[in-house]
Amino acid sequence: MAQMTKSIPGVEIKNLDGKTINTAAFENEGKPMVIDFWATWCSPCKAELNAIAENYADWQKETGVKIIAVSIDDARNMEKVKPYVQGKNWEYEVYLDPNGDFKRAMNVNNVPHLFVINGKREIVYQQNSAAPGDDEKLYEIVKKVAAGEALK
Amino acid sequence: MKRSNKLQILFMAILLSHFCEAQQSPGGELHGNTQTDIQYYRNDSLIGAPVVPEKFRMNHFTNLIFEKGNFTAGIRYEAYYNALLGFDQRYNGNGIPFRFARYRNEQFEFTAGNFYEQFGSGLILRAYEERGLGYDNCFDGALVKFIGIKGLEIKGLVGKQRVFFEKGAGIVRGFDGELNLNTLMPSRKDKINNLVLGGSFVSKYQLDQNSTFRLPENVGAFAGRARANFKNISVSGEYVYKVNDPSTVNKYIYKPGEALLLNVAYTVKGFGFNLGMKRIDNMNFRSDRDAQLNNLLINFLPALTRQHTYNLAATLYPYATQPNGETGLQADVITTFQKGSLLGGQYGTTLLINYSNAYGIVADKITGSDSLEGYRSHYFKIPRDIYFQDLNIEINKKLTKKLKMVLMYANFVFNGSVITGVTLRSEMVHAHVGVADLTYKFNSKHALRTEFQVLFTEQDRGNWAAILAEYTISPKWFFAFLNQYNFGNEDPKKRLHYPMLNIGYTHEATRVSLGYGRQRAGIFCVGGVCRQVPASNGLSISVTTSF
Repeated sequence: MAQMTKSIPGVEIKNLDGKTINTAAFENEGKPMVIDFWATWCSPCKAELNAIAENYADWQKETGVKIIAVSIDDARNMEKVKPYVQGKNWEYEVYLDPNGDFKRAMNVNNVPHLFVINGKREIVYQQNSAAPGDDEKLYEIVKKVAAGEALK
Repeated sequence: MKRSNKLQILFMAILLSHFCEAQQSPGGELHGNTQTDIQYYRNDSLIGAPVVPEKFRMNHFTNLIFEKGNFTAGIRYEAYYNALLGFDQRYNGNGIPFRFARYRNEQFEFTAGNFYEQFGSGLILRAYEERGLGYDNCFDGALVKFIGIKGLEIKGLVGKQRVFFEKGAGIVRGFDGELNLNTLMPSRKDKINNLVLGGSFVSKYQLDQNSTFRLPENVGAFAGRARANFKNISVSGEYVYKVNDPSTVNKYIYKPGEALLLNVAYTVKGFGFNLGMKRIDNMNFRSDRDAQLNNLLINFLPALTRQHTYNLAATLYPYATQPNGETGLQADVITTFQKGSLLGGQYGTTLLINYSNAYGIVADKITGSDSLEGYRSHYFKIPRDIYFQDLNIEINKKLTKKLKMVLMYANFVFNGSVITGVTLRSEMVHAHVGVADLTYKFNSKHALRTEFQVLFTEQDRGNWAAILAEYTISPKWFFAFLNQYNFGNEDPKKRLHYPMLNIGYTHEATRVSLGYGRQRAGIFCVGGVCRQVPASNGLSISVTTSF
């Protein structure tokens, strides 16, 4: 079966100040984006996002990539997301998807699950696990996508 | 049943015809995911594993979503042949319990069929799915959203809720509105940089067929909420009031219900503080007054306690919300000591402290002519019946370029008879948990993570130890070995080992994992909802993919 193109569906989610945002508005001026689903209770998710955070400034400088971290924490943990993000000095765009609307629209089974989006806002890569070293592999992909190279 | 089958066939036909079209025209998109969990069970009376006559069981889910322009439609097929141990066996069978069609323009969104929805924090209404728990209280009906004005959202819904492959008896009607004053009035120049106000009304209808009581057929609930950010401080809260709603869970009392959730957070770069408080009083809210367990819940009452991830801390003594009455608070502090500082060292250090507790509410039983009310509760009296307490401290530190360390200590007080409803050997369990988690990265592909865990308690089943070794080859493989050992059990025959071997393979959005060994009985929780998982021994396979 031919690979069908897949774009970002439009769903209402919240930013960390409680403001409603539509995901169809995710934008990075033709540069790559990474949408990473995570939760405060997901250790591998946090380990990967923390590993990326160490090099995020370099990634941005070299490729212009934007990382969008979507927390699927519900009412139990959602208020802890902002303190965690600030406490960890993350520079990502962070959103809350407390009832899983965006998660379902993106067909995510479980976290961690990340999507790499090219400059035309098409999903070109997905990864449904996080192990030490995956951040380096992700950056290889982001560099290729930024340069407009094919992944395969 | 017949009618819904016809509907399902119609939906399938629409989807399939569009699917064929989508292959040719680039205008439509079809995507989805699947999950299959199978388990082969071996007999193991030593650990108390129930005998499984089928030997082999399976849970399966497939979602398909079709999108074209403003139109979205989807279905979910589920099959349980038979439902895995620990899941309600009323799921056994198969069907399409979820199908929907949605149209959206710039002003409105219309959904017909099944949908999930949450008003505010979910305290008054939340329909959601948690497959791992066998939890799905989705609506079947109609949902309309008005999204035409930025900063204003209005939603209205009517529907019945899913219970296994059927629908509950009651009809739920709900309205919700939310205003973001700063978006609506961008010229507002005060110091509050985001002010959000919201309100909801939810009502359920269920016929009264009870011969002894005159039961309310319509039960209404109201909620108000607010969130404000002021410089580095954010404050939010929600309050719900529900009129009399006698049910099996509240033992048919006519007292109104209430719930309150408050939160204050202070955050600056490198530091976060959060304080949450809640009070719940007779707030069990279901679309069938006789439903129990996790069935047909209209609202969601979160447990305000830390959701632990380390095995012994997560599954032996976790808290579950008590909908009939509880008060609790939780505080979190997280701070990162920057690299180069005394405590930060070469790579920085993160310290997390979390404290939470839960108590019963102070209530006086009412007798005499008003006894239908059940009890009178007091807001400001300090409660004494402790249900739960958890104090935990965690340190995250990168020691060298290759070695990372997490140290965690947790101290639990767990009221077993209240939380699990099962009398443990001792009503109150006091437990200490210590964890050391070390990750060594050999190179950009290979890493070894080890966990050493201990749990000390003089009650229940006594002391435990656990050891985990997890070897990963990025980005495809993981191999893990876990052994839990109940070395402190009073009964020497029950000082058992629970070894488990896991192998996982990931290719992009496809994950396959295999597990073989003994699974300890425990409580598996996501959010505020928990499921008792019985002990088992055998081989499990899980395959998930997204496309």
